[in-house]
Amino acid sequence: MGDLIVLAISCILINNILLAQFLGNCPFLGTSKKMETAVGMAMAVVFVLVMAGVITWVTNTYFLQKLGLEYLRTVAFILVIASLVQFVEMFLKKSIPALYAGLGIFLPLITTNCAVMGVCLININEEYNFLQALVASFSYAVGFGLALILFAGVRERILLARVPRPLQDTAIALVTAGILSLTFMAFKGMV
Amino acid sequence: MARSIVQEFTKGLWDEVPPFRLVLGLCPVLAVTKSVENGIGMGVATTFVLVCSNVLVSMLRKVIPAKVRIACFIIIIATFVTVVELVMQAFAYPLFLKLGIFIPLIVVNCIVLGRSEAFASKNGMFRSLLDGLGIGIGFTLSLSALAAVRELLGTGDLTIWEKPIQVFGPSYQPFSFMVEAPGAFVALGLMLCLMNLVGKK
Repeated sequence: MGDLIVLAISCILINNILLAQFLGNCPFLGTSKKMETAVGMAMAVVFVLVMAGVITWVTNTYFLQKLGLEYLRTVAFILVIASLVQFVEMFLKKSIPALYAGLGIFLPLITTNCAVMGVCLININEEYNFLQALVASFSYAVGFGLALILFAGVRERILLARVPRPLQDTAIALVTAGILSLTFMAFKGMV
Repeated sequence: MARSIVQEFTKGLWDEVPPFRLVLGLCPVLAVTKSVENGIGMGVATTFVLVCSNVLVSMLRKVIPAKVRIACFIIIIATFVTVVELVMQAFAYPLFLKLGIFIPLIVVNCIVLGRSEAFASKNGMFRSLLDGLGIGIGFTLSLSALAAVRELLGTGDLTIWEKPIQVFGPSYQPFSFMVEAPGAFVALGLMLCLMNLVGKK
């Protein structure tokens, strides 16, 4: 149990997926202009990442490794993730319309979010067992949400500040992300 | 709107150069630019996938049904990424280890899928080839430039191929912030600022 808590903390704070591992940066910059979209994206990622992490782990352990097909991992994972996202979208639309309305356009975008694919690959590379993979997927997703929402808050404040012309928009966002990343670096050596 | 053949190629080098003009595919840009060698390796791998998938998508564009086109594009891209993975494991294993999961992650690099969707699915094979090549070379150059800035300031060395070359000499105090994670964001942001400043009309 203790090991799992350590794993969770290290995935959320120390190896934060956005700010330390650089995965999922496109939606990080793309959806952080408004708090609303940031929250939507964060929720969608938590939702999909946990499912994708578990399902790709099962696919890898019980199909690819059994059949000696590890070299097809990239193709298999992206297919699993893409169809999972499609399925989740159809399922939510039919049965939980309120949640579907909330996640909305963020669901299809997740297919090309490298955070999802990245975490699935990290789970395999680190040779996690099932429980560890589950905890790691969830904690990475929470870390993603945490960083995204913090960043959206900062960016909303920047809108009010006077930024030099060449630095406007993406450039200042990147520098801000750098400072945020610096604060997360302080967690290094905690575990 | 019709661009000449030459323009199809050159737009990738400045007008639409990723990741500066098209802010796409940032993850590998930030993650692998600790040394110039990694930057070039990643750039070449991405260029290969970009060119091959662009060509194949444009050849098949009349066959692929519009509704499932994204899925088809992803499978085509994933196939070429697997090719790159296997080739790199065989011929450039140390580099493969350094780039780690970012090689399989070319599949979800938005630049590649973006070019398939926005360009190759609407244009002929030759134009798509040039488009892929132009964007790919532009991407490689930006990666190398960012990597050069970070490595030079962060360690005082430049690694073009396997062995680091000392540029600033042994007495240089490395500014190691640049090769850490936050340095990647700040360096990219400042380079983008510089490009806006130069490119302003």
